[in-house]
Amino acid sequence: MAKRTLENLQKQYSSSASSQPSNKGPRMPGPGGPGRGPGGPRGAMPTAKPKGDTKKVVARLLSYIGSYKYLLVLAFVFLILSTLAGTAASYLLRPIVNALVDSSRTVDERLAYIMRVVLTLLAVYGVQVVMQYAQAKIMLTISQNAMAKLRRDLFAKIQRLPVKFFDNESHGEIMSRFTNDVDNVATMFDSTLTSLVSGALTLIATLAVMCYTNIWLTLITLAFLPVYIFGGGAISKRSRKYYVAQQAALGAVNGYIEESVSGQKVIKVFNHEDTCVDEFELLNNDLREKQVGAQFFGGIMGPIMGNVGQVSYAMTAGIGGILCIARGFDIGGLTIFVNYARQFARPINEISMQMSTIFAALAGAERVFNVLDRPEEEPDRENASDMPDMQGYVKLDDVSFGYVPEKTILKHISLYAKPGQKIAFVGSTGAGKTTVTNLLNRFYDIDSGEITIDGVNVRDIKRDVLRRNIAMVLQDTHLFTGTIRENIRYGRPDATDDEVIAAAKTASAHSFIMRLEHGYDTVITGDGANLSQGQRQLLNIARAALSKAPILVLDEATSSVDTRTERHIEHGMDRLMANRTTFVIAHRLSTVRNANAIMVLEHGEIIERGTHEELLAKRGRYYELYTGKKELD
Amino acid sequence: MKKWLKYAKPYTKYFIIGPLCMIVEVIGEIVMPKLYSVIVGHAEDHLHAGQPGSVWYVAGIAGLMILTAVLMMLGGVGGAYFGAKASVNFASDLRLDVYRKVQKFSFANIDKFQTGSLITRLTNDVTQLQNFVNMLLRMFLRAPGMLIGALIMAISLSPRLATVLAVAIPILVLLLLFVVRVGFPRFNKMQGKIDALNNTVGENLTNIRVVKSFVREDHENEKFGAANNDLRSAGLAAMNVMIFVQPIMMLVMNLTSLAVVYFGGKMVVFDDLAIQDFSAFLTYITQILMSLMMVTMLFMITSRAMASAGRISEVLDEKIDLDDKDAKYPARKVERGEVEFKHVGFRYYKNSEDEVLSDISFKINAGETLGIIGGTGSGKTTLVSLIPRLYDADSGEVLVDGVNVRDYSLYELREGIGMVLQKNLLFSGTVAENLRWGDENADDAAMRQAAEYAQADDFVSNFSDGYDHGIERGGANVSGGQKQRLCIARALLKKPKILILDDSTSAVDTATEAKIREAFRTDLAGSTKIIIAQRVTSVMDADRILVLEDGKIAGLGTHDELMQSCEEYKEIYTLQTESKGASDNG
Repeated sequence: MAKRTLENLQKQYSSSASSQPSNKGPRMPGPGGPGRGPGGPRGAMPTAKPKGDTKKVVARLLSYIGSYKYLLVLAFVFLILSTLAGTAASYLLRPIVNALVDSSRTVDERLAYIMRVVLTLLAVYGVQVVMQYAQAKIMLTISQNAMAKLRRDLFAKIQRLPVKFFDNESHGEIMSRFTNDVDNVATMFDSTLTSLVSGALTLIATLAVMCYTNIWLTLITLAFLPVYIFGGGAISKRSRKYYVAQQAALGAVNGYIEESVSGQKVIKVFNHEDTCVDEFELLNNDLREKQVGAQFFGGIMGPIMGNVGQVSYAMTAGIGGILCIARGFDIGGLTIFVNYARQFARPINEISMQMSTIFAALAGAERVFNVLDRPEEEPDRENASDMPDMQGYVKLDDVSFGYVPEKTILKHISLYAKPGQKIAFVGSTGAGKTTVTNLLNRFYDIDSGEITIDGVNVRDIKRDVLRRNIAMVLQDTHLFTGTIRENIRYGRPDATDDEVIAAAKTASAHSFIMRLEHGYDTVITGDGANLSQGQRQLLNIARAALSKAPILVLDEATSSVDTRTERHIEHGMDRLMANRTTFVIAHRLSTVRNANAIMVLEHGEIIERGTHEELLAKRGRYYELYTGKKELD
Repeated sequence: MKKWLKYAKPYTKYFIIGPLCMIVEVIGEIVMPKLYSVIVGHAEDHLHAGQPGSVWYVAGIAGLMILTAVLMMLGGVGGAYFGAKASVNFASDLRLDVYRKVQKFSFANIDKFQTGSLITRLTNDVTQLQNFVNMLLRMFLRAPGMLIGALIMAISLSPRLATVLAVAIPILVLLLLFVVRVGFPRFNKMQGKIDALNNTVGENLTNIRVVKSFVREDHENEKFGAANNDLRSAGLAAMNVMIFVQPIMMLVMNLTSLAVVYFGGKMVVFDDLAIQDFSAFLTYITQILMSLMMVTMLFMITSRAMASAGRISEVLDEKIDLDDKDAKYPARKVERGEVEFKHVGFRYYKNSEDEVLSDISFKINAGETLGIIGGTGSGKTTLVSLIPRLYDADSGEVLVDGVNVRDYSLYELREGIGMVLQKNLLFSGTVAENLRWGDENADDAAMRQAAEYAQADDFVSNFSDGYDHGIERGGANVSGGQKQRLCIARALLKKPKILILDDSTSAVDTATEAKIREAFRTDLAGSTKIIIAQRVTSVMDADRILVLEDGKIAGLGTHDELMQSCEEYKEIYTLQTESKGASDNG
């Protein structure tokens, strides 16, 4: 493939940017303390505004902390007290400084006075630290509990969503609901809300004290307010623009890395390394360009705002000094005023910074709620049956189905299976074989027609009863982290160890399990990566073998088991299928030959049906499939 | 260290000017309180010592302060600019270099690192380093500079009062050590719990059908509940350290100022300290304590960046275990496509006893078709991987056209071989773009021809936009069989002298597969074809069939010969084709 242009590459890889889960480390306390931190992109995050009805989202979020109403009120009282204490403490420097230079009083008087103020300050600081700790502790507990509840709700919801939901949403997307989105909400609760309130409160309290101390100097400080607001606004607007561009470019680079590194072996086989490096360089240079802008504008917010504060400090010092000389303004007043002037920018910065976190949190909350509001699997009908003694007489009557309404996958499927019979489905990829079996246990509900088991419509059977009565061995081999024993027992937690071993023997898994170092207690990790595909399939079969369900679905259950092993498990499989209504999907026709009936599916229709011999004699599609080679001779 | 300097070198000027700008800011930071104290002194002399005050003198000092502030702003902006320039360019060059290195990786190198970890190193770790460099340029002179500058000023103002720091600093250092020793491990533990929760969710999502079909939603909820509670406890434990330490630090700092106010106040009253020095001292004390906290933060960031740097180093320092430096005929191309193995042995883990392949010897003439069959793990994939030197044989020789594969350049060798891997992938882009991986200059006719041979033309033509149909990442929007056929077409477009198919038609139905085989026989008669298959019917008509068993050749010959001589082959054949006796027609 010829080298693609930058535009082309951006188009193809930028879309993956949004789903890029940002790899956030643990939330560490930021560089909060020092007047201005490194001024990283933290303050320059784009404000991803939540789309929908913000009020509703907020109300719903509040419902998660609603049960802590009184604690919350308490926390805010503490917060107000500690903020006021802070302002009071900074004001108390004024009488001290004034007393120090007050030559009208004796040394002893002055010392005694200072001692008194110092003791008052000590008390104020004491109150402040206690209040601060209590407030933080309460908010932390509330937010952690609320987030745990939100995650629990989300997970429980996911268990109730229909299979269709998972077809349409990528796992990465759902996972990022649990981490990034919930995390953003948590940040809002345990730090943003409080810094917002304390920032605003500090601003108001400081302003009040300033007005009280000297109105002229206050006016000077206030004159800088528009500079903070508009200057800050202008910078963050620019920085947001660059930030968005940077994120898109970064997404493209990361997307390209992900795809090409995943396909590294193919790249080598096709001598494609140089093209990849060239394409990567294009994207990388684009990122370089955008990133310089983003980093720069993200980085100047701190120095500019901080140094505007320094200018304000200088002006206040100058005018204050002049006031001392010309109007007799007190030194103590000047001292606290310059401190206020210098720090005036801090709460403003903090508030504007928190706004973007709040937007991020609300957007995150909205995405979480969006999942929570998805329609669940249809509830059981009122008189849904328990089917206490299911025989396994399965009947499909004129069933049609499509994953999306416009596209019918299965058309007018009718078939039946008597208890204990084996029905096989063959046909090419995409013919609808797996879909048929997914309708039996109501992973999907059919659009028209009727599916009955023992004469009862599946919709009239309790869903959990229905599913417990159908044992499935699915195409993709899925195992859970845990021991082999736990995995086999997954379908029937009450099974005894002997039953587990018997099931493993049925699936011919016993011998390889015993060869593992810890036998049945071997822990499987990462979806069974330490087992071969074939071994994993055997475990899947064992899991189904443990089940007492009268209906069994084998969807390509042995596709990765090599032919010789497959032969070894043949008897086991026969035992497994005995007395159960079995539906088999297999690519290898040898595995379906002894079925009671074979259904040949093509484009969602049964085009042939019959036993192996009948179908061969018919010399139709099955015959073609079966003897593909001979026909071409 | 040298390795990293290499990436900084082209941008030396940014790396020097950036910190210089920051020094301007630090100096300003130190000078400002001093200038301010001059104003206070002047006012104090006027108010209480009865000396005449000059408004112009004060205004002049204030002007100097404003000038300083403007210079500081310029310094700060300059620092941000050069810091951004330096760090972004550093990281971009580094990223490109790491990517280049990964492109040079052999299969064994890739196996060793694993895809996921390589991706994280290229994305996350490089970004971490970039942030670190930015931070380094902007903070590393600033924080210690402030600390030292303010310390000097404080001591010069009043050495006696500065002894307060001798008490405060050790306490703060102890608190910070507490955070590092107790807090950090708890944060790490919390990260572990986040990973555990993610794993639980991820596993649940992949297995959702199993969960539903076994009706184990309650069990899953319980499992998640445990992980969720663990995370909550770990989060509380970690954050508790923070919310405990932060107010205490504030308190220590406040108490330090209080001590300065008290003891310094006493000194002022006894005329041991001027009021302006007292107020400047207070400011410097705050600066010292703040910069101390900043320094610890830098330690924290550094330790994290070092971990990233280590992971990137591993990639950059990885020895490529397979190259063509010693090739005798680097310009030679594969011309005929004859393949020969001479007593070849191979093992993946060089210190392990078990050979994956042992003593493999066979020869295929140009244009012949070799079928390879054998159980899982018998070494089929490994065997064919040795031909394009995806791995090197540990003993014996692999020859192509009578020349050892090590004597070709890797480029020419692989150019002559078309290989369809078992785990194959398509890339984002159109169908045409994907197929042209085989030959970027191929015209539309040649491309269609290759697709026809691979039986892909029909379904591609059925797409509304035909060959311009967009393929999603990894080929997610085509079916398994279609993907395999596109992969075959891609390899065919290379017009390879040797074509290797590693179980590449497993998802293709038998009839279509037969058509592909027919195209191979008639239209690709000149190419040597090596076909690995599970289904015996896929290889039955090959010129010769190689039966592998536990890494050894169990049989080699035509179908008929093997049916006579090779028990293993006969067994496989019988299993797959013969009827299992009369089927039950009930």
